Amino acid sequence: MQSRLILNSQAFEITIRRLCYQLIENHHNFEHSAIIGLQPRGIFLARRIVTMLDAWLPNTPVLYGELDITFYRDDFRRRAEVAKANATKIDFIIEDKKVVLVDDVLFTGRTIRAGLDALLAFGRPRKVELLTLIDRKFARQLPISPNYTGHAIDSIDADTVSVQWKETDLNDSVWLHTTNT
Amino acid sequence: MATALSVKHLIGIKDLTADDIELIFSTAENFKEVINRPIKKVPSLRDITVANIFFENSTRTKLSFELAEKRLSADVINFSTSGSSVSKGETLIDTVNNILAMKVDMIVMRHPKAGAPYFLSNYVNANIINAGDGAHEHPTQALLDAFSIKQTLGDVAGRKVVIVGDILHSRVALSNILCLKKLGAEVKVCGPLTLMPKYIEQLGVSIELDLKKALQWCDVANMLRIQLERQDLKYFPSLREYTMMYGLNKNILNQLDKPIVIMHPGPINRGVEITSDVADSEQAIILNQVENGVAIRMAVLYLLAANNKN
Repeated sequence: MQSRLILNSQAFEITIRRLCYQLIENHHNFEHSAIIGLQPRGIFLARRIVTMLDAWLPNTPVLYGELDITFYRDDFRRRAEVAKANATKIDFIIEDKKVVLVDDVLFTGRTIRAGLDALLAFGRPRKVELLTLIDRKFARQLPISPNYTGHAIDSIDADTVSVQWKETDLNDSVWLHTTNT
Repeated sequence: MATALSVKHLIGIKDLTADDIELIFSTAENFKEVINRPIKKVPSLRDITVANIFFENSTRTKLSFELAEKRLSADVINFSTSGSSVSKGETLIDTVNNILAMKVDMIVMRHPKAGAPYFLSNYVNANIINAGDGAHEHPTQALLDAFSIKQTLGDVAGRKVVIVGDILHSRVALSNILCLKKLGAEVKVCGPLTLMPKYIEQLGVSIELDLKKALQWCDVANMLRIQLERQDLKYFPSLREYTMMYGLNKNILNQLDKPIVIMHPGPINRGVEITSDVADSEQAIILNQVENGVAIRMAVLYLLAANNKN
């Protein structure tokens, strides 16, 4: 197996900063918007973004929630292992809000499909956007496309992408692992 | 922590490991959040059909299971013995196999005979959940009781729980004892000696005949209902005498030097095992138990369905 560094910690920081600027361009002071991180790994990116936005927009705290999609998966009973659920915490009304769903890696699109379903259990948002740190192009199994992309990569299905966070791993970095075939 | 249950059926707490119970609890916490959402339903079990087969009366358990099934998007069919072919002499296996021929994946069963769900599990190809079998086990009740203790006090391990009342006829008592012991709680049983099963101490519990002493010792008191319908003999002279000896009232509670948590599996005989002012007091978590019951049953259905690859 070969591993290639896609983003080092400096590029990681710059990318998240750029994503925040793009969000502010579209959502201004976030008065009618909310950020929702997808469990389990999207929440690290979402928390970083919210911390950064809160520092830049001190007058309006950004609405932030975390959403678990386990019970909405389309592969329940088809997987070898049972998916372990995580906590969902959305303590505001999403009705009529512009919601940005945040995940670390966009691959087949099935997680996002489940995320959209899960989100609608909390009301009818005015608009839903998707932000992802890594977009694995050409791997989509559903017609889903991100509005904000940190970094797009080409990879085959057998490859894996790992996003490391200094909160839980050694440092901030993104790696592409390829198997020699 | 494990991500899958070690069992295919939920016949009794006896078959579960402490890991299984913790997994059910953590999944139930997720479902408790789900049932407090504006839309209280998830699509997980949309391709599963569940049959609720009740050979004995039930209000709470049946409603709770049905609600849990519907909130998981399962298709539900209900069957009770009144007005069915059981009264025409059909056997249990035939009845259930006929239901399964209609492509049913899971069976929730209550039966007046101990061991009926276990017997059935050897003959049919579906996940079986015991919703109470005679005086044997009532696993989901024990799970929701222990879960309610955990939610109220933070943990179960090391807590002192007394189960008061008719231990002899109670499936809730047996399942509760097994569940609480597996989670590391200390358990006492309290009630008239005539309502204590022989060899109960072999389960690792002690008997206390004096209600006041038992309450003084415990953190949680689980007050069982006196099951007059199961008592073909006289086990105590009169209900009034039982109430005087083992009924919980505000006076006794006020004499304790610390507040305790009061539980009751329902249905309550107000004024017999517990007075109305105690049942409706802040210390009673009886309605929390009912809410937790739906979450626990959702967790059990979800986790068993995950093991069902039919």
